[in-house]
Amino acid sequence: MKCEDLLKALGDYVDGGLEPGICEAFESHLAGCQPCQVVVDNVRRTIALFRDGKPYEMPDAFRDRLHAAVRAKWKERMGPA
Amino acid sequence: MTPPGVDEDAALVRQAKAGDYAAFEALMAKYERRMYGLTVGILQQREDAEDAVQRTFLSVVEHLKGFREEAAFRTWLTRIATNHALEILRKRRGLPTVPFEESPSADDEAGPPFPEFVAGWRENPERLATRAETAALMDKALAELDEKHRAVFLLRDVQGFSVAETSSALGITEGNVKVRLLRARLKLRERLTRDFGDPATRVDLGHPHGP
Repeated sequence: MKCEDLLKALGDYVDGGLEPGICEAFESHLAGCQPCQVVVDNVRRTIALFRDGKPYEMPDAFRDRLHAAVRAKWKERMGPA
Repeated sequence: MTPPGVDEDAALVRQAKAGDYAAFEALMAKYERRMYGLTVGILQQREDAEDAVQRTFLSVVEHLKGFREEAAFRTWLTRIATNHALEILRKRRGLPTVPFEESPSADDEAGPPFPEFVAGWRENPERLATRAETAALMDKALAELDEKHRAVFLLRDVQGFSVAETSSALGITEGNVKVRLLRARLKLRERLTRDFGDPATRVDLGHPHGP
């Protein structure tokens, strides 16, 4: 496996979905290639940063408007709310 | 495997279909913040995201009786929200509204982008998350992604959807989800490593086009 092959399999590798045979080749390349180790680590950190990041907070004023609009639509389509 | 909360959702959907508004409000309360976060991510603009979320729940009420529950409620909801967000995005750019592109584009076919700036990060993600400037750098990186890559990344890595759910929510194949996801992850890696990487640890990856 070359660096560019590792890149193609990188997504499945970090998701734990790589086939056992390919996973073995992946890890054997990784063990001997420091730049690829750094790339894999960078990708994991990138995902973690976004996954655990603070969600955009929804304003309360919008929530009130949203519920009023939806309630009106509900009455029109589904009957009394 | 059934994702957590899906059975509970199905019960609420049945009650709502029977006319129970409280059940519908419970579904909204559960998902409105997530849909807001998703559409802000896609649109990179809060007012448009409010518009997208409102259109989404109005569409859901409109079509609730016809929802056949072949997909989980949250997948159906997410699909509607994503489509509204993409429609607003295209309108904003003055482009005709076309469905989310199924076939891979030329850059998807070209294989994953090759890493240019490879260096260890100075800090771990937990630590970075406490820094005031981090959120803006993340937003900037996200904004630089092509919309079709951004939507896949937001669903899969931020909302925590499986590949199958992402595929169903966006109406693209699972293979296409994987291709776009990898491209999004590598582009974000490139951008953020320029921000958070330690240049002193920079290494070169054997470039495929080099000698």
